Amino acid sequence: MLLGRVIGTVVPAILVDELSATPLLWVQPLDKQGEPDGEPLVCADGTRMAGPGQVIYWVASREAALALDPWFVPVDDAIVGLVDDVHHYTKKELD
Amino acid sequence: MILGRITGNVVSTIHHPIVTGRKLLLAERLDERCKPTGGYLIALDGIGAGRGETVLILDEGSGARQILDDTGAPVRSIVVAIVDAVDLGSD
Repeated sequence: MLLGRVIGTVVPAILVDELSATPLLWVQPLDKQGEPDGEPLVCADGTRMAGPGQVIYWVASREAALALDPWFVPVDDAIVGLVDDVHHYTKKELD
Repeated sequence: MILGRITGNVVSTIHHPIVTGRKLLLAERLDERCKPTGGYLIALDGIGAGRGETVLILDEGSGARQILDDTGAPVRSIVVAIVDAVDLGSD
């Protein structure tokens, strides 16, 4: 799982039936410091609660489909949870 | 499995039910000499790993679901071992 930030929504005109109730969101992958890292991608939102600006964590491939209900759906990437805070241990705490 | 070091944790209140009651750890990826490679992973804790520990992370879905004993878990990365030492032998 990796961090990402929702940067927008995608509104499909025609979609497979199984995904018709699932929000599709533009997500910018983030590095561990919260800086953009890589190309944005479209994630299905398994929480159904994410919105633009929200930091989330997402999963790819088969695990993405499992985050959704129904789970046998054609998706690549899906949001598993919303991030409230990422705590980085200080150097002193790590030693 | 990949080598990692726990450098943080992720706080999340809204998430898939499989995450409820489990720790979400932020792990930086390490190379064979235990130096950070720059990459990271968010992994579920499977064994009680914590701050600063070097760990082995299973980064594969069906193995993770087996550990979680849940065939529907949308989880790919899970901490499966705490590493004491990595011995590369003599150069």
